[in-house]
Amino acid sequence: MTVLSGKEIAHQIEKKFPKSIIESSPQSLVVDREFLLPVATYLKTTPGLDFDYLTAITAVDFLDYFEVIYQLTSLRRNHSLVVKTRCYGRDNPSLPSVVKLWRGADFQEREIYDLFGITFEGHPNLKRIVLWEGFQGYPLRKDYL
Amino acid sequence: MEVDGLYSSWQLDEAEGEQIEALKARSQQPIPDPDEWLEGELKRNILLTSVDAILDWARRSSMWPVFCFPACCAFEFMTTAASRFDISRFGMEIVRASPRQADLMITAGTLTWKMAPQVKRIYDQMAEPKWVIAMGACAISGGIFASSYSVVPGYNRIIPVDVYVPGCPPRPEALLYGIRALQKKIAKTSLITQG
Repeated sequence: MTVLSGKEIAHQIEKKFPKSIIESSPQSLVVDREFLLPVATYLKTTPGLDFDYLTAITAVDFLDYFEVIYQLTSLRRNHSLVVKTRCYGRDNPSLPSVVKLWRGADFQEREIYDLFGITFEGHPNLKRIVLWEGFQGYPLRKDYL
Repeated sequence: MEVDGLYSSWQLDEAEGEQIEALKARSQQPIPDPDEWLEGELKRNILLTSVDAILDWARRSSMWPVFCFPACCAFEFMTTAASRFDISRFGMEIVRASPRQADLMITAGTLTWKMAPQVKRIYDQMAEPKWVIAMGACAISGGIFASSYSVVPGYNRIIPVDVYVPGCPPRPEALLYGIRALQKKIAKTSLITQG
């Protein structure tokens, strides 16, 4: 499988959505959260990119912000790309949901919601998946315990 | 996703959460290990000796384990049950999916608080007499997850444990040794002393 360069794809996205890319490297690119849905739609529907498969979503707590990482794959083109986005604030961080684009995001967004406390707007069934109702705190945050 | 009429999935989640919190609140201390069999020797000499002998022989010779394999120790149990180690030598090759037909719970694996009500329910549904072998470090004390937010620190928080088999995971020989130890324990049990 070809691993696409985040820098090259970032240039391609910048032409279509100016100021949407925060930073990019050969390994990945970071998208502004306001542009997450348009960029994701662009990556999925543009011929030549065709990212029709979401391998995984995960999140990292950097204390200043949460970074949510989308690992995209194109089964048709046999290539992959890592897209990241950041959301700020520890009280009520939120991101747009990508479930409408990739159904595989359903459970993983619920898991991130459960363990990091990040709300995904537009998710059809956003509730706890791993822990039980009434559990206090978000265990995968750096400041838990 | 609403279920029409009776309840919503949200109500189910809330009820489950309350159940787990309640179980957690009343499981803060370990349940003492059953020890009536230690004092049984004197009483069994007075009456029911031969009845006891036959019953205990029957009980220890056909122990059927119930399915309770939440984590990786299950693989060691499978090895124990398969032909190389072969627990059918001890009359217990049938692993029952129904707790009603089982006498023994081999708790092979890490137990989370979310799973704890189900395991307690399986134990409660087993018919008396019933025994529990805590297999592996997680079953004994929570193992490396003992201080975790989601793991039960030892099965003896929710059910009484008869035999502890240490190891991470225990070798099949160790599990067989634990089963033999339990059989010796059952041999000392008396009808009168058994609560």
